[in-house]
Amino acid sequence: MRALLAFLAIVFLSGALGCGEREQVVDQQSEKRYQGKRDSVPWENESPVAELRGGKWTKGNETSWEEQIKQRQLVQNEYKRIEQ
Amino acid sequence: MARMKFLCDAERCIECNGCVTACKNENEVPWGVNRRRVVTINDGVIGAEKSISVACMHCSDAPCMAVCPVDCFYRTPDGVVLHDKDLCIGCGYCFYACPFGAPQFPQAGAFGLRGKMDKCTFCAGGPEADRSEAEFRKYGRNRLAEGKLPACAEMCSTKALLGGDGDVIADIYRERVLRRGKGSEVWGWGTAYGPGKPGAQPPQPARKS
Repeated sequence: MRALLAFLAIVFLSGALGCGEREQVVDQQSEKRYQGKRDSVPWENESPVAELRGGKWTKGNETSWEEQIKQRQLVQNEYKRIEQ
Repeated sequence: MARMKFLCDAERCIECNGCVTACKNENEVPWGVNRRRVVTINDGVIGAEKSISVACMHCSDAPCMAVCPVDCFYRTPDGVVLHDKDLCIGCGYCFYACPFGAPQFPQAGAFGLRGKMDKCTFCAGGPEADRSEAEFRKYGRNRLAEGKLPACAEMCSTKALLGGDGDVIADIYRERVLRRGKGSEVWGWGTAYGPGKPGAQPPQPARKS
C-alpha cells in the first residue's frame, strides 16, 4: 500500500512539474542570456512637448501609456475614424 | 500588456515604398541599409500582383535571439525584439537565421567590412537612455517613448501596414476583411502550402475504420 502511494505521488509530482505551463514573461530582466545594457521602459519618460505631437501619459504609469498608445492604434482604423 | 506586431494588408499595399522612405528618414538609416522593404510577387501581371512591406516581425520566439553567439538580443515588455550594438560582433548568424531577412549590415571601406547589425526597432530605440542623442545615433528614433507608433505604419497612405498591439491590429484587419468580403485568403495554410487555391484547408488525417 505504501509503495503504491509513493508511486502515485511520484507520478503526480512528475506530471505536475512536467506539464506545467512555462513562464512566459518577456521582461528583459528575465532574459537570462542577455548580457548587455538594461533598457528603460517607455512609460518611465515624461510625455513629449506638444510640438512633437506625441501622446500624453502620467510618468511611471504603465496603464496610462498603454491607454494612449491604444488610442493611437485605433486611429489606423479608418472605418472608426469615418464614423466619429 | 501589449505585444507589438506589424501586419501588412496585401489587398491595400500599392508598392509606393513610402514606409521604406519614412523609416530611413525617421531613423536616419545609413546608406545601403534598409530596415524595411516592399516585396512584390507577380509583378506586372494584372490582377495577380501583390505587395507586402517586410521588416523585423519581432518574433515571439525569435531565431536571431537563439543563434546570437554573444547574446546581444533582448525583448522589451511590449514584445519588441531589440539588440545592443555594443555587444554585436557583426558575425551575420542572425541574418541566416531570420526568415524575413531583417538583419542588415552596413558595408563600408574598400574591403567590404561588415559592420554591426542594424534592424527595425519598431521605433523603440535601444538600450541607451530613452530619447537621448546616443540612442538616436545608434538605433534611431524612440517613438514609443514619445507615445507614438512606428513611422512606417503611421504614415502608410492606404493603411496597408498596421503596427501596434497584436490584438488591436488583428481586430482592425478582421473588420476590414468582413466589410470588403475578401482578403483573408492571402494568409493561412492554403496560401502557404495549398494547391494554389485560396482558402484551401490542410488535409484532414485519415479516419481509422
